[in-house]
Amino acid sequence: MRVLAAMSGGVDSAVAAARAAEAGHEVTGIHLALSRNPKSYRTGARGCCTIEDANDARRAADVIGIPFYVWDLSDQFHEAVVEDFLSEYAGGRTPNPCLRCNEKIKFAAVLDRALALGFDAVVTGHYARLSEGPDGVELHRAVDAGKDQSYVLGVLTQEQLRHSLFPLGDSPKPAVRDEATRRGLQVADKPDSHDICFISDGDTGGWLADKLSDVNRGGAIVSADGEVLGTHEGSWRFTIGQRKGLRIGTPAGDGRPRYVLNIEPVSGTVTVGPREALSVSGLDCIRPLWSGAAPTSPLEATVQLRAHGEEHRAVVTPSAAGFSVALLDPATGIAPGQACVVYDGTRVVGSGTIAATVRG
Amino acid sequence: MTVYLDHAATTPILPEAAAAMTARLGSVGNPNSLHASGRAARRVVEESRESVARALGCRPGEVVFTSGGTEADNLALKGLFWARRAEDPRRTRIISTTVEHHAVLDPLQWLEEQDGADVVLVPVDRLGRLDLEAFRAAVEADPESVALVSVMWANNEVGTVQPVAEVVAIAHAHGIPVHSDAVQAVGQVPVDFAGSGLDAMTLTGHKIGGPYGVGALLLRREVQLTALLHGGGQERDVRSGTIDAPAIAGFAAACELSVKHQPELASRLSALRDELVREVQEVVPDAAYNGDPVSDVHHRLPGNAHLTFPGCEGDSLLMLLDARGIECSTGSACNAGVPQPSHVLLAMGRDDEVARASLRFTLGHTSQESDVRALVEAIGPVVERARAAGLTGKSRA
Repeated sequence: MRVLAAMSGGVDSAVAAARAAEAGHEVTGIHLALSRNPKSYRTGARGCCTIEDANDARRAADVIGIPFYVWDLSDQFHEAVVEDFLSEYAGGRTPNPCLRCNEKIKFAAVLDRALALGFDAVVTGHYARLSEGPDGVELHRAVDAGKDQSYVLGVLTQEQLRHSLFPLGDSPKPAVRDEATRRGLQVADKPDSHDICFISDGDTGGWLADKLSDVNRGGAIVSADGEVLGTHEGSWRFTIGQRKGLRIGTPAGDGRPRYVLNIEPVSGTVTVGPREALSVSGLDCIRPLWSGAAPTSPLEATVQLRAHGEEHRAVVTPSAAGFSVALLDPATGIAPGQACVVYDGTRVVGSGTIAATVRG
Repeated sequence: MTVYLDHAATTPILPEAAAAMTARLGSVGNPNSLHASGRAARRVVEESRESVARALGCRPGEVVFTSGGTEADNLALKGLFWARRAEDPRRTRIISTTVEHHAVLDPLQWLEEQDGADVVLVPVDRLGRLDLEAFRAAVEADPESVALVSVMWANNEVGTVQPVAEVVAIAHAHGIPVHSDAVQAVGQVPVDFAGSGLDAMTLTGHKIGGPYGVGALLLRREVQLTALLHGGGQERDVRSGTIDAPAIAGFAAACELSVKHQPELASRLSALRDELVREVQEVVPDAAYNGDPVSDVHHRLPGNAHLTFPGCEGDSLLMLLDARGIECSTGSACNAGVPQPSHVLLAMGRDDEVARASLRFTLGHTSQESDVRALVEAIGPVVERARAAGLTGKSRA
């Protein structure tokens, strides 16, 4: 096959590209330039979008012996991922920009362009497995549970999965690093990237404060029964389940710690209360994306509600807007905007965006 | 088999230049040493200086060897600005054009941001040619305040030859020195330093069949310049650093040969280039030919063909051609390989989309009919593919 390897400059995508080339595919490496001002994004060790990362990717392509180009997707990235991230926070929700990037950039803008240019597939360094099933290509969790990235790929459709390659799904991370060393890739010991690539210093709260100060100026912090406990300077400073940094003057009557229960973006009201009030037993999910055929009847499944989060047993029932989830193991700290990825065993069934939670 | 259509980026070294360079590489001797080995090295450098001077119409003492075009541009712009302002503190303006190479634009921006220069970039017309009336107006608005003028001889992206003689006449009427970056012009069009009236001119080895990492600033003897690199005082005390005798020998050989062969090369390449443009447009009728369409060395570099393919991303075209062994350029500035729309095309009144949809094909001394054939055969399917890919970008955006 003619495949396009998306190379971030990190060790995973470099080894993935090398494996694809070794498997006999005709591989072309590309680095996605996602920042309008590359200097403003994270520096080498932590990010994936700096000039240093582009150079690391280029050197890896040299070593593998494949052509390499940089594609400028900064406008699309800004529109589809950064703007979306801001408007979600402004709306009191907690988005996952990595899912959004996979859905709109890596496996959409990039894949579409690749297919049009005559490529057959896109290969990435995500830790996930693909296999051929009775109903088409199946997406499964990676062998290395600690590195599994099937959650952030839960937005991919059958069509996208059919044009994807994830060569690292069967490998534990240390083996990938060893292989990088063996292959002479300079990025073998480069630290993993974490956090959000477009927030250069890792201070999400500060970044949001800077961008959203005009949108949301602050509001009241109230208890569940409406008592005003204090004020704040912007609701984007809070996420559901947060305990620290509430800065409420009066202690709770029972002396127990208080958590953020709810964020009302229009009024800016932040509701706090005891930990047990955070417990969630059900979810309403919108914008469903199914890896294969959409389920038509209730499905016993497991769901994962955040990257590297735990699995919850659940019953997933299709609804008009998407699907609802009855959690058999309650979850805490679940915020609208997060993605709910549905699994059948190790297989990804699909995903939706959490629109509302049922407490209890 | 590679089809190399990127001679404006760099052109293959001439065998005579490689021979002159390698002949010297094995010999010891710092040209500034006083013993026999030093004198032997010095002799090579001075003979080279004389042959560069002969080829380009200047005196040997007016040749300042540098590490290449970027250094020569920096030396000319900063050195002239500092010297002229030191003479008269009112001289803070620098007048240049919107289509200069980054080796000129970036030092100008630096001087503006760091050193109080007031940079005026005069616009060009849709062919990329300097608006002479706007230039005259910029000079005459306050001639006393102009430290220097810098106008490239010919544009590296679209090949448009600038009206250097007119620029010199306007500036010299007010005693203002003029620099020109001529790295693309030498060997392609007639260049005569004394005849041009210029005060300073940049050239570089690797664009004319010489080695990389060597070039020169031709600097009129009377012109005062503040040094950029301080040290041993080599090169008229304006450019210190141990003199690279082997590279200079290769550079001089290339200068001599490329200037000698310029007329026949220009007529051969003009014909080949016209054929390339005509035949590509036969296959892709809506491909637009950018720059000055007149095939004449006073209008356009003979080796330059710059084309816009509507609906395509230049990056896609380049990648698809590269996969077929055809090498060209998007002609745009690169920031670690991150493509930016060309400032030259934007200055010529094109929008971002057109600027991104363009490719530069440049011919040189090794170019053959077969190179044009290969491009013409490949371009149809490549444009079709790139158009399909361009549409996916639009549907998502």
